[in-house]
Amino acid sequence: MSAMAAQMQADASAGAVLALRGVQRSFGPVQVLHDISIALYPGEVHALIGENGAGKSTTMKIMSGYLAPSGGSVELDGAPVVFARSRDAEGRGVTLIHQEFNLAQLLSVEQNIFLGHELKRGWRLDHAAMRAQTSDLLGRLETPLDPRAQVSGISVPEKQMVEIAKALSRKARVLIMDEPTAALTTRETEVLFRQIERLKAEGTAILYTSHKLDEVAAIADKVNIMRDGRLVRTAVRGEMSVDQMAEAMVGRELSDMYPPKRPSDGAEPVLEVSGFSVGEVVKEATFALNRGEILGFAGLVGSGRTELMEGLVGLRQATGAVAINGRPIRLHSVEAAMAAGLVYLPEDRKEHGLILTQDMRRNLTLLALKNFSQILIDKRAEEAALDRAIGEFDIRAPDREVLVGNLSGGNQQKLLLAKIMLAEPQIVIIDEPTRGIDVGTKQQFYGFIHQLAEAGHSVIVVSSEMTEVIGLCDRVVVMRRGRIAGEVTGTEVNEDAIVRLAMGLDRKDNGHG
Amino acid sequence: MADTTGTVPKKGGFRFDVQALGPILALVVLVVIGTLLNPDFLAGRNITNVLSRSAFIGIMAVGMTFVITAGGLDLSVGSMTAFIAGIMIMVMNALIPSLGTTWGVILIGMGAGLALGAVAGAVNGFLITRMGIEAFIVTLGSMVIFRSLVTWMADGGTISLNFSLGSLYEPVYYGGLFGIRWPIIIFAVVAILGEIAMRHTAYGRHCAAIGSNEQVARYSAVHVKRVRMTTYIVLGVLVGLASVLYVPRLGSASNSTGLLWELETIAAVIIGGTLLSGGFGRVWGTVVGVLILGLIDNILNLTDLVSPYLNGAIQGVIIILAVVLQRARKSSR
Repeated sequence: MSAMAAQMQADASAGAVLALRGVQRSFGPVQVLHDISIALYPGEVHALIGENGAGKSTTMKIMSGYLAPSGGSVELDGAPVVFARSRDAEGRGVTLIHQEFNLAQLLSVEQNIFLGHELKRGWRLDHAAMRAQTSDLLGRLETPLDPRAQVSGISVPEKQMVEIAKALSRKARVLIMDEPTAALTTRETEVLFRQIERLKAEGTAILYTSHKLDEVAAIADKVNIMRDGRLVRTAVRGEMSVDQMAEAMVGRELSDMYPPKRPSDGAEPVLEVSGFSVGEVVKEATFALNRGEILGFAGLVGSGRTELMEGLVGLRQATGAVAINGRPIRLHSVEAAMAAGLVYLPEDRKEHGLILTQDMRRNLTLLALKNFSQILIDKRAEEAALDRAIGEFDIRAPDREVLVGNLSGGNQQKLLLAKIMLAEPQIVIIDEPTRGIDVGTKQQFYGFIHQLAEAGHSVIVVSSEMTEVIGLCDRVVVMRRGRIAGEVTGTEVNEDAIVRLAMGLDRKDNGHG
Repeated sequence: MADTTGTVPKKGGFRFDVQALGPILALVVLVVIGTLLNPDFLAGRNITNVLSRSAFIGIMAVGMTFVITAGGLDLSVGSMTAFIAGIMIMVMNALIPSLGTTWGVILIGMGAGLALGAVAGAVNGFLITRMGIEAFIVTLGSMVIFRSLVTWMADGGTISLNFSLGSLYEPVYYGGLFGIRWPIIIFAVVAILGEIAMRHTAYGRHCAAIGSNEQVARYSAVHVKRVRMTTYIVLGVLVGLASVLYVPRLGSASNSTGLLWELETIAAVIIGGTLLSGGFGRVWGTVVGVLILGLIDNILNLTDLVSPYLNGAIQGVIIILAVVLQRARKSSR
């Protein structure tokens, strides 16, 4: 960097509360960050976006003292600092909120907020003061929570708020959030964004990451786009459209995010479900899935979509009639469903889909292990299956023995799809196909789903991402409060129609106003 | 990450796994120390002695490897041995008047021992998998119950096998094939079958899957409860098998039979590299662990450098050391 450029950069970050200046970072021989410069100003919301593996996490960790840069500097209030540990950064007002919260589940809200910084009167804890301050903080965040509530019993967005309250109690001036909205519903996200606006008004500098680009466009004052360890672009609000952001992230045009919709192969039902109930959460669901079709399932989080699918594949107790290829069938276990040609890709790949502490081969064959063993497991056949899966689903891993937990989310999801396809199913249910994976892999995944349908599989896609359901499916079933609220097909498949059904609004209103 | 499309490089063929070698190195060191301290150490008689005494713990430890790998634990195996041995002896003594001092009586006694082991394991397994009570609690309870039952059956003393029947039964412990005693042969067979089952069958794969993440196993069509249940039943049968071999050794059972064997069994499994938290098990490691514990005992008995009373202390140090090494492996991953 020339002296003049450095000078310009120094001027550019004058007044910044936290700035990265030409930061480099290597892990062993691999350089993961190249010359990153970002300046955060008080009262400004920054978004940091990029594909998985672009270097967002590393950047955030360096900002918050979890990692040291290998080159360049971190500056706080214009002066270079070296955070020896994350606690140092926290002490100086820089806090990182992890995607997986750092809360002690069995402690109360108040105990969590003051964990490690307990207020004391002499040698005793000052419970009254801590409770009062907690109430005060939660009040500021419009979160009506009892300070004494146990954290394990509160909702995910409430936990998010507790994390923020914890950061505020430590006088955070810079708040760094790793995908805060990944687990939130639209409404919860709105609440979070109101809090972000409030913090912003109070002069807090905020940086957050998200895969949801429409949110980024709505809330961020500045958007920083990373690709392959470099900051490729910084844009101010309104400068870039969502499509342009996606293209800058991927580095190529994403003209066709979704493959062309296929006309249905006629109405030959493969799966017929009627009067299907799962406990109290799914009531009397009736629908049919046709051969070679991609059927969407939309609805709010908690509308019973996942429970319905888990009931169908024998993971939950259920009542009602199910027929496959016209033959009535009882599916009381995952094994029975698999034998009938029905498999399910769970929405939570880390808790239900893959064993993170095992290698790819063991994960790949676990569901269909019977096909690989007489008495003994045929390892050669397993290796061959892994070779095919790697090729077919474009799985990228540093080596074959890598533990699945060390793969990126996108590659995990590809492996999971390969795993359920080894059972040679006729019907594939995919719950949240692209949660937490980057734009490029998403597009690839939509291609896979399309290919499955082309090859004659019948696919159900459950998704909370409206654009995904609309882009992929020719027919969409909408659920609301455990019941099937309706179905849209063809040109009716649009956001308005789906939202109306999902929210229980009268469809007649549409078009008359 | 490499940007090659859908290719995954294979690692170099030879990988040097220090962690897996740890227990073997410890075993070699023990053998060397033993030989230096006492020239009789490697004599056939001494080795036979060590191995046949280790066989009881070894047979149970193979079963315990599966229980722990599947995320369970069984504290009751020591007192279960005493209980089964006691019942076996009482059954055989009771049959002598009608059937005489015959192999028939012994075979019935053996059958009773194995069946009782299966039932005891099934009860443990039922309470753990179907009633959802923690394995630690269930087997702590059954451990105390079995110990109390055997004390009551012996009326605080010793249950002794009829002397002449005992003489007939003796070769099952002291006899053998080609100069190798039966307990050693049976331990070897159990260990080999266990190793194959763990590494090369769906059952072993399922145990590791359940111990790693029960939910993933459930979503992957693994019968979680059934597999867990069978680990306890298999362990019970192996405890029965150990008892069948143990009874002819002393011909009696008492309150102190199999005392602390559960700890030695679990220790052998952990020293061998199986994760106490489940998800990864190594049967050959367990065998090495059993031998390590057996050799320490033997070396202390053969030499007078350290009092044999300190045996427990040394075993304790080794158990803790083994876990520290495991910890190091986990964090290096």
